[in-house]
Amino acid sequence: MSLRHALSTPDAEKASLSTRLLALGIVLALLVTVPIWVPNSYYVNICSQILIWAVFALGLNILVGYAGLVSLGQSGLFGIACYTAAYLVSIGTPHFEAGLAAIGLAIVTSAVFAVLSLRTTGISFLMITLALGEILWGIAYRWVSVTGGDNGISVNTRPTPFGISLASPSAFYYSTLIIFLVVVAAMYVFVESPFGISLRGTRDQARRMTTLGYNVWLIRFLAFMFSGLIAGVAGLQFFYYEKFVSPYVLSLSTSATVLLMVISGGVATLLGPIVGAALVIVMQYVVSAYIQQWNLVLGAIFVAIILFMPEGLVPGSLRLWRALRRRRGSAPAVVTVPVEPES
Amino acid sequence: MSAALAIHGLTKSFGGLRVTRGVNLAVEPGERRLIIGPNGAGKTTLFNLITGDLRTDSGRIEFFGRNITRAPNRHRAHLGMARTFQIITLFPRETLLRNVMLSLLGLSKLRWNPFIRFDRLTVLAEPARDALARVGLDHLAHRPLSETSYGERRRIEIAMALAQNPRVLLLDEPLAGLSADERRDVHRLIVSIPRDVTILMIEHDMDVALEIADRITLLHFGEVVVEGTRAEVVQDPRTREVYLGE
Repeated sequence: MSLRHALSTPDAEKASLSTRLLALGIVLALLVTVPIWVPNSYYVNICSQILIWAVFALGLNILVGYAGLVSLGQSGLFGIACYTAAYLVSIGTPHFEAGLAAIGLAIVTSAVFAVLSLRTTGISFLMITLALGEILWGIAYRWVSVTGGDNGISVNTRPTPFGISLASPSAFYYSTLIIFLVVVAAMYVFVESPFGISLRGTRDQARRMTTLGYNVWLIRFLAFMFSGLIAGVAGLQFFYYEKFVSPYVLSLSTSATVLLMVISGGVATLLGPIVGAALVIVMQYVVSAYIQQWNLVLGAIFVAIILFMPEGLVPGSLRLWRALRRRRGSAPAVVTVPVEPES
Repeated sequence: MSAALAIHGLTKSFGGLRVTRGVNLAVEPGERRLIIGPNGAGKTTLFNLITGDLRTDSGRIEFFGRNITRAPNRHRAHLGMARTFQIITLFPRETLLRNVMLSLLGLSKLRWNPFIRFDRLTVLAEPARDALARVGLDHLAHRPLSETSYGERRRIEIAMALAQNPRVLLLDEPLAGLSADERRDVHRLIVSIPRDVTILMIEHDMDVALEIADRITLLHFGEVVVEGTRAEVVQDPRTREVYLGE
């Protein structure tokens, strides 16, 4: 019995654990030292942006990847946090209270979105979330007395948590890095938790889950709120990064961008949304400096991803890597096999 | 003691098609009840009504004396009703063990916990392993479901239902599509289920099904045509009529 168990537990996973820890250590060291090895503060800011968008994408991945619910209204949750914080700070509310209110309102909005959109799944869910997001965009655009309309709202300060000023690019980068690491850790725990497994169950076999005693609606509802919480955190960071908010944050284009990040990186993976966020932001801010038509290049990359790695960059690369290793590993084995005389 | 399952005047229509017409059924605790009938007789629909997958148009369903007609199906699971599906609906990306653990988690308060690791839940893993052992699949516990055979999946279906320790178990064609060997295994498995579990079973394989059943209900066009012991139903001329059109 125990031998059988030993045989059936994947040994390869254990062997690669130390490699993984090493890789994790290197990545962490690189992330922590960004302001040192990245000389130009412009690029430090881009790193902050990548981390903010990665958090946003990780939150959306809860819905798209683990719940199987493709939302195009995520900008609504992101944007409402931006606007709440911007408005409150502009009328003199302290940063801490403004931040709490921003995230709180994002959660409340996600609950409203969830109640309205979870009546359906699939394409109808997508259309309803899209419509809800557009409503918020419309309000931001038209309610000029509060939102400033097209001009948006700008503020001139960033918060000073524990007395540390976030005014400099590297200080702000560290604040985004801390939040990013917390969200990654939270996702890591969540995905393999009983609740996370239940959520994936509702994605794969909703009816079976009901029969087994699960409340599918409530599971999806809570997942939506969790996603909203993370979108709110990302929105708040984005606002403080820009110190400015305009209806763009609530636009369909923002929802589509974050969705593309999730899909291009790989849905239902921890790394996928992070890689997707890095890809899009690097194209937008780095490649655009060299190639005017960076949008075209990004489009071509997306097409290539769909063609060669429809499951996304992270799972796709893993698949190619494994295939390559198998070919390399099996090559000498073939040589040692004695050639049987043909009869 | 009240019946494990009592159904009174149950009806269900899909548009103009009346698929269940005034069905009455009383299944005693511990009984093995076989539901038979030609294709389209409304057997699976009856199961779906009992488990709450479908809403009844009229009639009443009682579960150990408790009216569950309007209870959502997840409540029925918590009351002690489990089922297997005709078309297998399992979780293909998970291992066998995790499939059964997921079944156990459905009745556990732990299912809302987002902080602990699912794999480390020995309170679920141990009974799940026992359930797999019961269907003779514990040696494949860590294999992904997608790499198992059809016959194995049928047994996992049953393991998942049994793991929940149901009071009433509904088996929808547990032998369908199995080889002779697999049929024998599943047959043995069903026979081995203790009598504190009441079983309702839809099955076309009469050799096996008749052997297991205490009583048989014959459905035709959504109506109960004959009900009785094995011998009564087999000898009833209406049974021949339904099956052979004589």
